[in-house]
Order: sequence, then C-alpha cells, then structure tokens
Amino acid sequence: MKNWLKIVAVVLLFYVHIGGMLFDVPRLNILNETIRALYFHVPRWFGMVLLFLLSVYYSVRYLRNPVPENDYKAVEYANVGLVFGILGMLTGMLWANYAWGSPWHGDPKQNGAAIALLVYMAYFVLRGSIENEEQKGRLSAVYNIFAFAAMVPLIFIIPRMTSSMHPGSGGNPAFNMYDLDSKMRLIFYPAVVGWFLIGIWIVALRVRIRVVEEKIIEIENEKTY
Amino acid sequence: MKRLISSILGFLIAFCPLAAQAQSDVQMADGMRAEGKIYVVVAIILIVLSGLIAYLVMLDRKVNKLEKLVSDKNK
Repeated sequence: MKNWLKIVAVVLLFYVHIGGMLFDVPRLNILNETIRALYFHVPRWFGMVLLFLLSVYYSVRYLRNPVPENDYKAVEYANVGLVFGILGMLTGMLWANYAWGSPWHGDPKQNGAAIALLVYMAYFVLRGSIENEEQKGRLSAVYNIFAFAAMVPLIFIIPRMTSSMHPGSGGNPAFNMYDLDSKMRLIFYPAVVGWFLIGIWIVALRVRIRVVEEKIIEIENEKTY
Repeated sequence: MKRLISSILGFLIAFCPLAAQAQSDVQMADGMRAEGKIYVVVAIILIVLSGLIAYLVMLDRKVNKLEKLVSDKNK
C-alpha cells in the first residue's frame, strides 16, 4: 500500500472524529444526539462490503491463475472484512438498544447481516478443515464467490422488500430521512473512505506477514535437504 | 503553515453549531456543547485514534524489518 494513501486515511479519520462530534446534525426525535452514530456505525458496513468485494475479486483471480498470492489476498480481505462486520454488529446493537428499545429486534437487515457474517465465518471453517494448500485455495475461492452472492440479497435486497427499521428499507432509498441535512454527507463519505483505507492497510500488513511466513518455511525446508 | 492552520480553524468554526444554536423542542446535548465539555470527548477519542494508528505504523515497520531479515537470509 502506498504511503500517501495511509496519510490520506489518517487525515480523513481525524477530520471525521472531530467533525463527527462538533458539526451540526439534524434534530430528530428519538434519535436525538445518537444520530452521530451514523458516522461510526455505517462506515463499518460499507467497509465490510468493499473488503468482501475485493476478496471475491482475488478469489476469481485465484481460480483463473492459482498462485498463492491471490489466495492470501482473498483470505485476508475476507478476514478484515469480517472484523469490520463484527464491529458493525456490536455498534449497531448498542445503537438499537437506545433507538429501538432492545439490542436485537429481529429487524430484517440486522438478521440478514447476522446470517451474512455466519456465511463468512463458514468460509474460515472450510479453510481450516482442508490440509492440502491447492485444494484449500480452490474450494475456498469457490465458496467465497457463493458467500458474496449470498450476502448481497441478505443485506441489500431482502430488507428492502419487507419493512425494516433501518433507513433505506421498505422501498425508500437510503439516507432519505437525513436529506434534511446534506452536511452529514460531508462527514459520512470521508468516514467510509478513511475506514476502508485503514482496512486495506491492515490487509496489506497481514498479506506481507503471510509472505514472510512462507519464505521462512521455504528456507527451513532448504536447510533440511 | 500558519495559513494552513488558520484556514482549518476557519473551516471548523464555519461548521460548528456553537454560535447559533437553533432552539427547538428536540432534546440535544446543547448544554454539553455550551459548557465546552464536548471538546473533552473529542480529545479523548482523538487520543485513542492516534494511539491505534501509531500502533499500526509500528506494526508496519516491524513487518518491513522482518521482510529485510528474511531476504538477507535468503542470499
């Protein structure tokens, strides 16, 4: 990852944390000041979806060209994406406790997101259960494509077909209720970009650690022969 | 540098709701803002954020070192 991208991410996050607390927000009943949670909760899900998208991209690349690097990238993007999803779930439950009355409401989007996370956890179970590296890479790449294809309707389509308490559900486009104040976008979109870049940064580190690991194993093997 | 700081401050002030607090019947944490205690919260989350980012930078450097070590051994 390029250094200037890391700096952009850090600058954006500082801006988001200052602006997210201090800038004006719409005054809405029930939500009150917790509307600011939008700046910190929703970027988690946007980040997760983008990271999973990159993961699927590298899985497809692995199937077309099975070099280990593509496999490492697919795994690590999914791994960090899952962390983003878990944090999104926890922040969402805390917010729901105050905005909706209880942490788990059976809200369609919440349920869908939980199922999507379970589908992705199964990806790691699958990887852990296969010894042969090539088989592991191939099978998990195919499963990863399925997991992404399952996540999209679970998070984006089903909640829109039923009534959900999340904004952007039950037919209405997302963020409609915040359109009162487009100033929120000035912080929300930088937050998405900033956290996504931080996610990519962590992925890059984890991929590099994997490569180093592989090299060490290679060196050890050469010694024994 | 001075110009940069003053333009950043100006930008912040332009968006800050401190001066013109629109009164409405929806309850918001206006008191906390008026007392300036919101800056304590901002400072705390910035400390946490910078700590975590510093940690990430240190990890990055450590991986750099490891990569060098391994490539040296490989020769």
